[in-house]
Amino acid sequence: MTLAWILIVPAIATLAALASRRAAPWVTLASAVVVLALSANAALMVAGGATLHEAFGGLSLDALSAVYLLLVAFVGVTAALYSIGYLRVHDAGHEGTTPRYRAYWPLYNLFMISMLGVPLVSDLAVIWIAIELTTIFSAFLVAYENRSAALEAAWKYVALTSVGAMIALFGMLVLYYGIHHAGQPVTWPGLLAAAPSLPPALLLVCFVLWLVGFGTKAGLVPMHTWLPDAHSQAPASICALLSGVEVSGALYMLLRIYPALVRNPGIAHPGNWYLVAGLLSVAVAAFLLLQVHDFKRLFAYSTIEHMGVILAACGLGMGAHELGTVYQFFAHAFTKSFCFYAAGMATIVFGTQEIAKVRGLMSRAPVAGWALLLGGLAIAGAPPFALFISEFQILATGFATGQYVATGLLTALLVLAFIAILYQVGRIVFGEPAQAAPRMKLPASSLAAMAIAFVPMLVFGFYLPPPLQALIHQAAALLGGTP
Amino acid sequence: MPTYLAIDGFLAALFVVFSLGVIATRQMLGTLYLFMLNSLALTASAVLIGIALGSPHLFWVAAITFSTKVIAIPLVLRWSAGPQIYERREVEQVLTIPVAVLIAAVLALVAWIVSAPLVHAISDRPFAAINLPTGLVAIFFGAFTVAVRREAIAQLMGILIMESGAFFASISIVNDLSIITEVAAAVDLPVIALVIGLLIRNIHRVTGITRVGLLAELKEHR
Repeated sequence: MTLAWILIVPAIATLAALASRRAAPWVTLASAVVVLALSANAALMVAGGATLHEAFGGLSLDALSAVYLLLVAFVGVTAALYSIGYLRVHDAGHEGTTPRYRAYWPLYNLFMISMLGVPLVSDLAVIWIAIELTTIFSAFLVAYENRSAALEAAWKYVALTSVGAMIALFGMLVLYYGIHHAGQPVTWPGLLAAAPSLPPALLLVCFVLWLVGFGTKAGLVPMHTWLPDAHSQAPASICALLSGVEVSGALYMLLRIYPALVRNPGIAHPGNWYLVAGLLSVAVAAFLLLQVHDFKRLFAYSTIEHMGVILAACGLGMGAHELGTVYQFFAHAFTKSFCFYAAGMATIVFGTQEIAKVRGLMSRAPVAGWALLLGGLAIAGAPPFALFISEFQILATGFATGQYVATGLLTALLVLAFIAILYQVGRIVFGEPAQAAPRMKLPASSLAAMAIAFVPMLVFGFYLPPPLQALIHQAAALLGGTP
Repeated sequence: MPTYLAIDGFLAALFVVFSLGVIATRQMLGTLYLFMLNSLALTASAVLIGIALGSPHLFWVAAITFSTKVIAIPLVLRWSAGPQIYERREVEQVLTIPVAVLIAAVLALVAWIVSAPLVHAISDRPFAAINLPTGLVAIFFGAFTVAVRREAIAQLMGILIMESGAFFASISIVNDLSIITEVAAAVDLPVIALVIGLLIRNIHRVTGITRVGLLAELKEHR
């Protein structure tokens, strides 16, 4: 019942949060901690290559889905903890009395359930429903500010990602036919088993529909326009969830169909689709990072860049790339959530997100300053942080396998993004504040959440615990097409 | 079977006309009625294919479509979005209606061409040749509606037309969806309508309008 409890616990927390507004934050946090413990336990069980099945096959977990599950659960804990202090300061003492605050915690739990459902549910059509529900449950979290700009961002988010979801739905239903017609269950292993016998036109059409549909949700260029708007308006804790794990959920779908494309003998070089889509996203994001004016949008564009890197890494081909792809997917989640926590602290300190208006974060709030600097270094891919390892792995394997043009281009774009991020972060962190002001005291729970998120961001750059190492290797093997 | 195919062809034509109507109609309330008619055509096609192929699952699909799209969603929208949805007023467009219809015609042609390899790959399903291209046409029309309509409700109808398009295509090829999928789909749509309806109400309360196309505060450069 481990897998079922991962969904049941936040469902109970939703009801409890509805029943008691005072207890809602703590119930949510407790639920997130329990979900993390259950997820870690389930991930340990599949780290050796096994697959868990529950609820008459309705729920299942393999190594690749366990990686995503762990990420959702981990960011779920830190974002809940961060929210407690952040919303208190953000709402300036009115928390608990506003309708938006009362709605925040039940919606947070529903959002978590939908995201946890993506790796846990077996049936592909139900996974699509879970992905669509992530948008629906997070719409009001994006619109938390309840101002014109926040509602505009929420509308763009809902409208564009729903259009994407409907396009992906068409692909999903056609794929449903193909897998079923091949006599396989409509699950990930069923897709892999059916892939060699599926008509190439059918599989390719489904993939293209997914690339456009789920690509919209993942923020791939040119369907990315909702992403910076939503991230500039949503509370930092929600940005952490959106950027850290929600958009990765859509990318997870594209990663899971990849081995099926490779297995189909009628589809030549499926990796090229991934490579082109990935490089385009990295390129556009890298240039936008240079001219961005809002520091939350900065990290949003960095998410687009990272989604592109993951896709491009996947497209670079067979072999060690899968490891780099999975590690990038893994490291992005906690690094990006940390960055948004730091950006949220900077917003509290300055009361604005405009880069041109903020200077000297280090002297106004040294903890926030250091956090933003370290987060910027980590997300840009500097050593010794986890993303350095994954990006180095991707580029080294690319050159080692003779893919000089694509890897060279990716390297150049990553260098450009690196410079852009550090230039923008440097403008915020260093220098003298425009106005003299006392040092800010930041909310303790938010600082605690940042401290927790910082640990994997740093430690996984040079040490990965053996069970996690085994899990990531197994996930990479699954991405490579090993059933 | 030829009779069933002929009737399904007629229903497909109605389905396309009602989808086009959501792009072209000037009246706010008209978009909702056209969506309901569009859903009725989907329901009828599901019943027809269910009878032709002897698939009881498609009767479930028909029942779910009718109860959610023809009954539940208009009610949910009335409750969540508020009375402004039922007001008699015009829907603002980015393009003029003749231009929008002309582009829609091109989109229909593109959908027909794009779906050809898919129809060829699914040659064992007789209704696929009608329903697959028709479904894709509706998906294109729905996406186009979201792009050219400035009104939130009209954009929502575009999204729902896209969902109907996906199901119109799928009933011809997937006539045995699992029960869990059918139930989940039945719950999913009214939830989407409810949340988006509430969002529209909030937008109206805060900004005084529901013409989301006019909201343009968020820009990269200020």
